[in-house]
Amino acid sequence: MSPELGHLAVIAALCLSFFQAVIPMVGSFVGHRSWMRLGHSLALGQFVFLGLAFVCLISVFIQDDFSVAYVANNSNTLLPLHYKVSAVWGAHEGSLLLWTLILAGWSGAIALFSGHMPQTFSARVLSILGFISLGFLLFLLFTSNPFERLLPVSPLEGRDLNPLLQDFGLIAHPPMLYMGYVGSSVPFAFAIAALIGGQFDSAWARWSRPWINTSWVFLTLGISLGSWWAYYELGWGGWWFWDPVENASFMPWLMSTALVHSVAATEKRGVFRSWTLLLAILSFSLSLLGAFLVRSGILTSVHSFANDPERGIFILWFLVIVVGASLLLFAIRSPQMANSTTHRGWSRETILLVNNVLLVTSTATIFIGTLYPLFSDVFQLGKISVGAPYFNFFFVPLMIILMLALGFAGFTRWGSTDVNLLLRRGLFPGLLSFFIALLVPALLTDSSSGSSYSFTAGITLFVSAWVLFMTIEDIYLKSRGSWINTKRFTGSYWGMVIAHIGLAACALGVGMSSSYDEQRDLRMMPGDAVKISDYEFRFGGVNRVDNANFVAFRGEVSVTDKTGMTINLFPEKRNYKAGGQVMTEAAIDASLARDLYVSLGEPLQGEAWAVRLQIKPLVRFIWLGSVLIGFGGLLAAFDKRYRRRKKVLDGQSNRGGLAFE
Amino acid sequence: MHPLRRQRLQIVILIIFAGACASALIIYALGQNANFFYTPTQIEEGQAPKGTFIRAGGMVVEGSVKRDDISLAVEFSVTDGAAILRVRHIGILPDLFAEGEAAIAAGRIDDNNILQATEVLAKHDEKYTPPEVADSMNATYQSRQEAKAELK
Amino acid sequence: MNKFAVFAPLALFLGLSMILFLGLDKDPSILPSALVDKEFPEFDLMALDDEHRQITREELLGDVTLVNVWASWCYACSVEHNMLNKLSDRGVKIVGLNYKDQVEDAMLWLENLGDPFVYSVSDIRGRLGLDLGVYGAPETFLVDAQGIIRYRRVGVIDERVWRNEFRDLYAELLVEAQ
Repeated sequence: MSPELGHLAVIAALCLSFFQAVIPMVGSFVGHRSWMRLGHSLALGQFVFLGLAFVCLISVFIQDDFSVAYVANNSNTLLPLHYKVSAVWGAHEGSLLLWTLILAGWSGAIALFSGHMPQTFSARVLSILGFISLGFLLFLLFTSNPFERLLPVSPLEGRDLNPLLQDFGLIAHPPMLYMGYVGSSVPFAFAIAALIGGQFDSAWARWSRPWINTSWVFLTLGISLGSWWAYYELGWGGWWFWDPVENASFMPWLMSTALVHSVAATEKRGVFRSWTLLLAILSFSLSLLGAFLVRSGILTSVHSFANDPERGIFILWFLVIVVGASLLLFAIRSPQMANSTTHRGWSRETILLVNNVLLVTSTATIFIGTLYPLFSDVFQLGKISVGAPYFNFFFVPLMIILMLALGFAGFTRWGSTDVNLLLRRGLFPGLLSFFIALLVPALLTDSSSGSSYSFTAGITLFVSAWVLFMTIEDIYLKSRGSWINTKRFTGSYWGMVIAHIGLAACALGVGMSSSYDEQRDLRMMPGDAVKISDYEFRFGGVNRVDNANFVAFRGEVSVTDKTGMTINLFPEKRNYKAGGQVMTEAAIDASLARDLYVSLGEPLQGEAWAVRLQIKPLVRFIWLGSVLIGFGGLLAAFDKRYRRRKKVLDGQSNRGGLAFE
Repeated sequence: MHPLRRQRLQIVILIIFAGACASALIIYALGQNANFFYTPTQIEEGQAPKGTFIRAGGMVVEGSVKRDDISLAVEFSVTDGAAILRVRHIGILPDLFAEGEAAIAAGRIDDNNILQATEVLAKHDEKYTPPEVADSMNATYQSRQEAKAELK
Repeated sequence: MNKFAVFAPLALFLGLSMILFLGLDKDPSILPSALVDKEFPEFDLMALDDEHRQITREELLGDVTLVNVWASWCYACSVEHNMLNKLSDRGVKIVGLNYKDQVEDAMLWLENLGDPFVYSVSDIRGRLGLDLGVYGAPETFLVDAQGIIRYRRVGVIDERVWRNEFRDLYAELLVEAQ
């Protein structure tokens, strides 16, 4: 398939998105049913055309058509087939096409599964999504067309895909992350449609909750895949750097997490309505801001795409129009929505409020830290960068408080809860966690090597154990100690339980791996050995290994543990033939309890090499926990009751845009 | 005062108080952790404070990288075209680090105007091709052309 | 109170976007160049096509010149080359700085892709490149008639870059030179 076909398909999708933005919206105001219905088919049509464009781009990559600039820049004849396909979204232009395709995918899904919502409402949702899509397609066509040809002089050979991106993690990570990023436009569209219609009640929350949860799950998994990729592919054992691009995805995640919780209160009790709306708008705004930061090159980062101020200007105007208009709409419309119920003292509403305040505060601190270098540059205060300690200074304590409050989540009731009851419930898990926190680090303290009791580990253990025990106690009490009763639990409840345990696991991984992490950078000759805690690392030297698209220097490091078991690890230093880049390929022996992480630095004099040896206890729990969080979110999103309500609501849908109250 | 109004006043005071605390904390933390960037020229002119954690960068001067024989200590110079800055570092250099390419070092300036770096980052522009890359790329062209010739 | 509070997010956002607009003009990836508005460094190098012809800084004087750093090993240069050909057709005086290259490769390249340069100097050892603080190829310097560097571009020049970054300044310098 030719690049021109793909180009035409994008133009066709652009036209459809324009109609999708205009026709259903106008229809919803004049009450024209067929116009409103048109939104559904337009959304699906757009998805088909963008799918076609995407397939075209893939086929151009497979054919090694280097007359297409994007292919020449990001592929190479020597590249294995699966990387030629993933190279499609390896750089700015193609990833933007993927972005628009995913957006069309979300709109298509809404078109298919919105039967239980009033037609005026779903028409407006689709129209808003159409508008967003219009913006991104214009951006794609005018500033970043992946189908642009390099004529008349086209190169014989491409430049190759950045070897960092030649990896499974990068095949899966961007699509997953974009599903989450773009997914946040769905709650946004729901919020704007609610503001336009003035209809914002529990029914609204019920319709949007599965969508909010699903997009949040994708964002969760996308971020954790990214961190896992950075861990094993960047070669130095770090898994989170507070890098601007990471922050750009983490801020919408924190905001969406707040949204997931606040919309629960809105659905069940009709409270926090304006707040929920604002969160939906803000998490989408932060996604857009993230796109802006990553693609304008305004902040430097290891992951950012090429600098191009013109692209930056475009997204920024789009951001200003979309976010400005929606915040204005919010300011004008939201005061009409008064809370219908009250809550007092300790209640589930209060706990959720605490959750929201903490999450929003941490987002704000990250936001300031991420943008501060920019402010400083603009106001001529000098070129600066904000280091990781700043972010940890705020984020860690806030998360500790969050997890302490989270322990009570299951026991609180809507409306009000007896404080004494909460204290009674918390007594036993609290004491147990305290002993664990006291005991385990003390046992791990090795006085011979001069290490002392680790408070970081103690606090981590306390909060993780606290969340775990409180959750188990809650399950036990709710099921009255019998497994049969657990069958009555809803998907939402299981989702909450699993996600909270996942958070505890994740926190455990973060805290333990950072407090008991052992790392040595050494100059090693073949035959040299070094003992780090219970392991002896022996360096066997380096061999040259030739591969299809790279030449590797492969080191051999054998690790012997206390019991005499020996593992051989083969870290590599790779020179990619086509791009000429050098890559560190770490060798990892992974297990649930600890990772052994060995990477080759650079060759030194003679046969000596610089080598980095690391032991990372419980580091796997970080990603295991994130997967649990995602799985919990998915369970909650597919709770049966969202489907059961459908019939009830069908009867009401002919009431159109009127508020239910 | 009306109880509802008193409650509101309390909330407002609470919010203002919390906001003030948060701002103070943020300003403090930013002051502690924001690292300024200086060019070799600025450092030569003495604009960079000694003993404070800073970042500095430029192009790594050809032939300036010297590795110690027994440890991981390394010394090199960076230049911005006008002045030269000596950098000392102990540890592993990043993959993209090379002579003739841009690098950024983070650390403290000592009394001899040498940057004692705790971290070295290599910068890499997407549109930049170092000569080594070209060599390997030419090799790729040649092997492809040879392969084509053999097929004929 | 509530009436004003709801406008707070909007106000904050508008303030932020102002700063973002201002920030777009700053490019954090480019290290501040010490050379803009300084004299083009002295050099004494041979011409690419004639090893007996010595070229020095004096030859840059008197005309507004683009000095383009290029090499046959540079992929991005091939992308840029077409644009340079167009500029030379429009009468822009372009001097090539052939950077760390082999003379034969460089000559072959010009034969294949066209030669937009008035002449190219051959900087095999990268000596002048070092004085200029060149990060790599392509890079382009706009030098005025007095031999002062007035602008520097790291990376490819295309129609858009020319229009946005060079054209007006170039025209200004031409007027200045007369």
